[in-house]
Amino acid sequence: MTIMMPASDQTVLNRRDAIIADLRAIVPGEGVISSAAEMLPYESDGLTAYRQPPMVVVLPETTAQVSRVLKYCFDNGIKVVPRGSGTSLSGGALPLQDAVLLGLGKFKRIREIDFENRVVVTEPGVTNLAISQAVAHAGFYYAPDPSSQIACSIGGNIAENSGGVHCLKYGMTTNNVLGCEIVLITGEVLRIGGKAPENAGYDLMGIITGSEGLLGVVTEITVRILQKPETARALMVGFPEVEAAGECVAKIIGAGIIPGGMEMMDKPAIHAAEAFVHAGYPLDVEALLIIELDGPSIEVDELIKRVETIALGCGSTTCQISDSEHQRLLFWSGRKAAFPAVGRISPDYLCMDGTIPRGALPQALARIRQLSEKYGLGVANVFHAGDGNLHPLILYDANKPGEMDKAEAFGADILRCCVELGGVLTGEHGVGIEKRDLMPDMFSEVDLNQQQRLKCAFDAQGLLNPGKVFPTLHRCAELGRVHVHKGQLAFPDLPRF
Amino acid sequence: MDTLKIRDAADVEAAVRAAIASEQPLEIVGHGSKRSVGHTMATNAVLDVSALNAVTSYEPNELIITMQAGAPLADVLSLIDSKNQEFAFDPMDTSVLLGTAAGQGTIGGMIGAGLAGPRRIKAGGARDHLLGAHAVSGFGDSFKAGGKVVKNVTGYDLCKLLAGSWGTLAVMTEVTLKVMPKAEAERTLVLRGLDDVAANRAMTAALGSPYDVSGAAHVPHSAFKATEGALGALGPAGQAVTLLRLEGITVSAAHRAASLAALLKPFGAADLVEDAASAALWRAVRDVTPFAAGGPLGAWPVWRIVCPPASGGAFGQALARETGGDVIYDWGGGLIWAALPPSADAHAALLRQRVTAIDGHATLLRAPDAVRRAVDVFHPQTDGVAALAERVRHSFDPKHILNRGRLTRTAIS
Repeated sequence: MTIMMPASDQTVLNRRDAIIADLRAIVPGEGVISSAAEMLPYESDGLTAYRQPPMVVVLPETTAQVSRVLKYCFDNGIKVVPRGSGTSLSGGALPLQDAVLLGLGKFKRIREIDFENRVVVTEPGVTNLAISQAVAHAGFYYAPDPSSQIACSIGGNIAENSGGVHCLKYGMTTNNVLGCEIVLITGEVLRIGGKAPENAGYDLMGIITGSEGLLGVVTEITVRILQKPETARALMVGFPEVEAAGECVAKIIGAGIIPGGMEMMDKPAIHAAEAFVHAGYPLDVEALLIIELDGPSIEVDELIKRVETIALGCGSTTCQISDSEHQRLLFWSGRKAAFPAVGRISPDYLCMDGTIPRGALPQALARIRQLSEKYGLGVANVFHAGDGNLHPLILYDANKPGEMDKAEAFGADILRCCVELGGVLTGEHGVGIEKRDLMPDMFSEVDLNQQQRLKCAFDAQGLLNPGKVFPTLHRCAELGRVHVHKGQLAFPDLPRF
Repeated sequence: MDTLKIRDAADVEAAVRAAIASEQPLEIVGHGSKRSVGHTMATNAVLDVSALNAVTSYEPNELIITMQAGAPLADVLSLIDSKNQEFAFDPMDTSVLLGTAAGQGTIGGMIGAGLAGPRRIKAGGARDHLLGAHAVSGFGDSFKAGGKVVKNVTGYDLCKLLAGSWGTLAVMTEVTLKVMPKAEAERTLVLRGLDDVAANRAMTAALGSPYDVSGAAHVPHSAFKATEGALGALGPAGQAVTLLRLEGITVSAAHRAASLAALLKPFGAADLVEDAASAALWRAVRDVTPFAAGGPLGAWPVWRIVCPPASGGAFGQALARETGGDVIYDWGGGLIWAALPPSADAHAALLRQRVTAIDGHATLLRAPDAVRRAVDVFHPQTDGVAALAERVRHSFDPKHILNRGRLTRTAIS
């Protein structure tokens, strides 16, 4: 493990048996897991290179239990790591040796479907896809669709502000969530927002979303649901140059068209995906775009024509247009299976997640190619081209000594490059532990201090998910100090009126 | 009272630091077009950021624009309009309602107030379109929030807090916003003569349809006694109108308008208003022209009520009946503008009790000073949420230097 986690609190570890007994009093039966064998599935999340057994796993079933567990931990100075389905790709749910792992997996009930207000009220352990399935009979769906949507929980989506291929048009989690019930580390239960389209006061829901389990534990969520578009069709367009594909993306948007999804794959990704799912991808192109248009047929048919014309103008060499739902899904099958497909051609891979300004794509890909040569590791690129979110998959073999470190260094260089090009470290996977130590590449100490002050407003003791997101932890008292520049003349040389 | 006209972002830092040292709270002002919103502030000096008025960069193909916080909203809107783009959240022009000079208002004020227009039901609010910001906190430190790309989850999303914070957390100096292409065409269906509850049902049916409705408003007949302009020109006075907007490429907007009209047959036959005439209608809804400061109801206090959309019609109808006031519905019933007859508390006690019962909230957006001293302008929150919000505020501005007292009456001491 190359990343330093907060030091374990030996006094807590010494009390482990007593703590487990106390927790059993709060969550009876099978809700407290303490044997090494049974805790095994909780050792890591989707970032499987990092593993750590927790002190104990607690799986509460009610908000009251969550509240009591958190209060107990708060009163006893015990760290807590919240966990949904454990699909995070950034290590957000990585346990700590001296922490309670608080799993929300038993919160599996959809509490209310309200078609009139177009919302679903759900418990956090419900999967992303299950929400869409529960409202499908009435033609509705929940728009954000991370590729892990069969497994990932809506609570985890809140923690990570998850995206997906459709977020260019329909937004990320934060744009589709209206309210929640949240339990603070003190055990206090608060309701933020609800079915109203906008919340009163500061946008606390907005700050909770994407906070990676550092601010509180969400026990109920109200999400917006939308009517499914009448139809969707996709184009699969191949280009001899990555630059031409990038230009095509810019021109589509420049023409005022916002596709439901717009994805790019480079040659290694195309080949890996085609070998895996046989979607009929052209193998002689450098870049492949999958562009999906959704809406009424009359609109989709017209936009397909416009996009096809733009693509031809940008020098596309192949263009297929789906004429059935089966074919549309086939186009997507390769893209959706890109990660496992790459998993077949390489013993291990590391999935990166930077965002760049769309226009900087050719520069970013050129830089990634140079880095690939420098590190001697292969890379396949899949790219949410519409919103500039790049997913380079770095190929390596963990069994070769030093290769994982090399892959991580390569990944860090890619993310630094994203920041240099005007982008950010993570578009949808979160910071977690994976990008934690890169935060100073994007944010100054002042920026990070302000973010940590906000953490202090929710969790002054720093007990919730410590070691994630922030490379350096400061005491809240220290962060809260205002430096008074005494002797400074009030507004020395400003014009006054 | 001093007015400090800052020249650049560094001046903002210097001014806030000096204010901390001398414990003199600052009122942050752009054009001052929304100064009448909120409580009277306990501030000793005005920090005028209107000189921070440059557009830093505008990249239409990236769908983003970066500008200084004091940039005039009107100028920025015409700039992005020249590239056939817009702020999809449809920011309100508050000058009509508040009676300030037309065309005034800055980007910073637009974000700080966070008042989105009719398209919010489809495109989200200011908070959904603010991608990044540079701001000076009440620590006197310039910090960065968010980024300059549309997809970003790096660190806490501080931008969400800045939007709608009425200048109480930090002084924004530069912001990056998402822009979106303007629709090629728009069509508005007009249903006539529905009462508020029936109109609410019609809007609910429309918003639950697959036709991608981007505006759903209802103007009851009583509100027309005061209406001129686009809304007034819709038809015989004294008849309620329910408006449903469809935007997109021309064939699609026309097709969906026809489909929606068929779906809404049970609510009556719909008239069709197209493009420029349709846009004028929605501007009037957005800016609440029936309650204009210069109109017959100009002296009445105006509430902005947000509630679960399907509850709006019954709530608004009862409120109007019991107070003798007038209401207008937007967001399919989720936003209600209420102009109520003048009274010492602007009917706050009754209104707040009712609105809390339907899980909504209400802001007293327009009222005389004396009324704003007597009631909470912003909706009181439950104790736990209010305490958390105060801790959040404190984490940005522990000395309470910025816009002290604007949000809560109790903050003035």
